[in-house]
Amino acid sequence: MINQVYRLVAPRRFEVAYQERSLPTDGVVVRPTHLSICAADQRYYTGTRGREVLAKKLPMALIHEGIGVVAYDRSGSLPVGTRVVMVPNLPTERDDVIAENYLRSSKFRSSGFDGFMQDYVFLPRDRVVQLPASMNAYVVAFLELISVSMHSIQRFAAKAHARRNVFGVWGDGNLGYISSLLLKRLYPASKVLLFGKTEEKLGRFSFVDEAYQVDRVPSTVSIDHAFECAGGIGSQSAINQIIDVINPEGYISILGVSEYPVEINTRMILEKGLTVVGSSRSGLKDFVTSVSFLEQHPDVVEYLQTLVGGVSEIRTMGDIPGAFELDLTSGWGKTIMEWNI
Amino acid sequence: MIYGEILAGGKGTRMGNLDMPKQFLTLQGKPIIIHTIEKFILNSRFDKILVATPKEWIHHTNDIISKWIGTEERIVVIQGGADRNETIMNGVRFIAETYGLCEEDVIVTHDAVRPFVTHRILQENIDAALEYGAVDTAIPAFDTIIEVGENGLITDIPIRDKMFQGQTPQSFNVKRLMEVYEGITPEQKAILTDACKMFVLRGHQVKVIRGEVFNGKITTPYDLKTAEALFEDKRVTK
Repeated sequence: MINQVYRLVAPRRFEVAYQERSLPTDGVVVRPTHLSICAADQRYYTGTRGREVLAKKLPMALIHEGIGVVAYDRSGSLPVGTRVVMVPNLPTERDDVIAENYLRSSKFRSSGFDGFMQDYVFLPRDRVVQLPASMNAYVVAFLELISVSMHSIQRFAAKAHARRNVFGVWGDGNLGYISSLLLKRLYPASKVLLFGKTEEKLGRFSFVDEAYQVDRVPSTVSIDHAFECAGGIGSQSAINQIIDVINPEGYISILGVSEYPVEINTRMILEKGLTVVGSSRSGLKDFVTSVSFLEQHPDVVEYLQTLVGGVSEIRTMGDIPGAFELDLTSGWGKTIMEWNI
Repeated sequence: MIYGEILAGGKGTRMGNLDMPKQFLTLQGKPIIIHTIEKFILNSRFDKILVATPKEWIHHTNDIISKWIGTEERIVVIQGGADRNETIMNGVRFIAETYGLCEEDVIVTHDAVRPFVTHRILQENIDAALEYGAVDTAIPAFDTIIEVGENGLITDIPIRDKMFQGQTPQSFNVKRLMEVYEGITPEQKAILTDACKMFVLRGHQVKVIRGEVFNGKITTPYDLKTAEALFEDKRVTK
């Protein structure tokens, strides 16, 4: 068959490409239904990744957060019509020690490898996870982002010391919201403190124990462990503030992607004996864990519905830039594309 | 029931001196008709997918389906008719005889030589056929359309904004299609090359859904070359 792939060829310019594919004897074909725009996609769309990176990676179909329905599975193990979330990480080797999302050989959708903006997406069978039919489609459209947060918390759980009375989450955006919400449910006896820049956004974190503006943090505040979800230019001040307020031997999880070199106070990291762990992307088991978690916590799905910032129906290629522009002008939340192209 | 009917009844007289009907020629190393059938297979709303082909090419069609697609219970290869409308009607008669007809049944008819059809176009055809009973797929006309008389002189230049170029699929309520076809005279049948026109002549509404420029028909050697050229961007990653 001829598959249409809707690819970014230059900043703010999409073109359709044609790909000859055969119905797979092994693997599944998924028809995307809901796609979610990520900040990483926006950096390609707006051209802020820099000329060299764009020259190397484009043309490329964007989007690595999305769900769809199974359109074909010759084995019959996933019936046609089954609702699934698509896993964007594609390992090319097996490693019993290193997680699939850290293997340098793994490929990742919409990062040098076509993303989900296609008529049909062809995936190995272990790159889809079945979704409960009733779970809100707009929320599970960004399940990948939820799985990234879940992944970092699982790593924390395995590596950090056992005193987990107070968590600090830095960043009042989507990832900060998801991470503080998951921590609140996974550690119900612990306090979760949120640190952000924008007063209006902090007001949305109704479920945390305290929400502080980063320039008005009382000197008495201390935390056992921290999750940095700021990213960008804000990474540096966030990490250094964490180093200041965290208790000795605390665990700092860095999730925010920054295009800039970040200077951090290593003297205090040494003095306090801190553990700083980078966390990026996620793998199949994080998707499975996240789906199961959302099934057990329907209230979390409801909270996450408040993250749905805008919904754009995509019927033609001309509708795609509108969704990206809408996302750029949204002050809050995720932009979802209803994929009817 | 929702039926697809892939029209492969033609023998490719416009393709030059090639022996094989154009729907069996290869695009990217695979018969064009297989590309088209695969797009129908991926749409789970089709209960049956009829493939109407010239009588002498039925074995060949079954062979290449078996080779490229394998076993797919929804596909049925049937004999095409003497012309386009007869090919469509052969599909309709086959449905009536084999499965029986219900009021809600619709059929999505599509040229085998339009392999670039998209999921959206098929979805919108099915939805509109269920709602309106007759559907055409079209794109706005980019060129000015002129009507020319037998003497080679222009008789009319219609307003371009109102002009569209017809594509396929064309989709119908099956029962209504039978009624319309039976209601026109043999003389009309002989000159009607378009199934939607039968509906218009009989006073039925036909809904138009938007096609795609690339949903073109591969009818000439030029079309085939152009279609192959669309795949030349080797930077496409899988």
